[in-house]
Amino acid sequence: MHIPDGYLGPHTWVGLYGVMIPLWALASRFVRRTLKQRQVPYLALGAAFSFVIMMFNIPIPGGSTGHAVGGVIVAILLGPWAALIAISIALVIQALLFGDGGVTAIAANCFNMAFVMPMTGYYVYRAVSRGAAVGARRRWIAGALAGYVGLNVAAVTTAILFGIQPLIARGPDGRPLYFPYPLEVAVPVMALQHLLLFGIIEALLTALLIKYFQRTDPAMLEPEGRTR
Amino acid sequence: MKGTRRLWWGIIGLILLSPIGLILPEAFESGPAWGEWSLEALEKMLGFVPAGLKKIADLWSAPVPDYNFKSFEGKGLAHSSLAYIFSGALGVGIIILVSLFVGKFLSRKDRD
Repeated sequence: MHIPDGYLGPHTWVGLYGVMIPLWALASRFVRRTLKQRQVPYLALGAAFSFVIMMFNIPIPGGSTGHAVGGVIVAILLGPWAALIAISIALVIQALLFGDGGVTAIAANCFNMAFVMPMTGYYVYRAVSRGAAVGARRRWIAGALAGYVGLNVAAVTTAILFGIQPLIARGPDGRPLYFPYPLEVAVPVMALQHLLLFGIIEALLTALLIKYFQRTDPAMLEPEGRTR
Repeated sequence: MKGTRRLWWGIIGLILLSPIGLILPEAFESGPAWGEWSLEALEKMLGFVPAGLKKIADLWSAPVPDYNFKSFEGKGLAHSSLAYIFSGALGVGIIILVSLFVGKFLSRKDRD
């Protein structure tokens, strides 16, 4: 899901910097209001966890690969705005140090994986787990569902950014200038891969970690546990 | 909120296990992620490389491209696994530094 340099035309990637810069500023404001000094290690943990989880490439036999992002569990534990910052840090390091995702596409990749995914997952989790006790089974079921939905929605927004490229920019010879395949190809391919495989991994990961925190440190699963 | 030591051990464990993310795709003969093809792969798939894409594809040269060392390329899975673990540790180290810096900037002194 890491869009490389050159896959998005300038209208798209510049536009997404225009979307992300205010979102980063907004996230900083929200996080500044709630983050206590002793919680800073959790921000580092969230960023490190997301970075490492993305190294686990999962193969589609004979096809392509993909991976979980960890974006939803980080949002459940730290809140969606702190997750936006943590995952953005991971994505920036991936791009600058390892060439994983383009530099021009940093804002696009942050939009998909650090904004759309944690936000969607967080609110799915909140809706499904509403009223459930912190140790209840419904909590990790909500986590599984949130992870699954969050990753899939992010995959589809990525596919839309890809698929609109041939609509926006073609050379004088009619050939696409950037990402070459249209929406009718990009959306179903990306959606199917994530619906059938990578989303299930994200769901398992999210549910297992919720079970872990239910057992070892349930305060992490209460919103007040973050801010108190 | 309890301490974070156990969670950091978890991160270290994941770094050491990370070559699974290299070995499994190789075992199942899987290529790169969909939409992250190299210029050569695009040429093969389309018969051409989109002109705009080609122009900025190599805009940035990362110091550790693809989580591998340049001198380790083509030396097999043992070498690339080692480089992968090193990359994981390096990435996590830098992420911790950046996060602590950003966190210091964004956090307030504990009043309670």
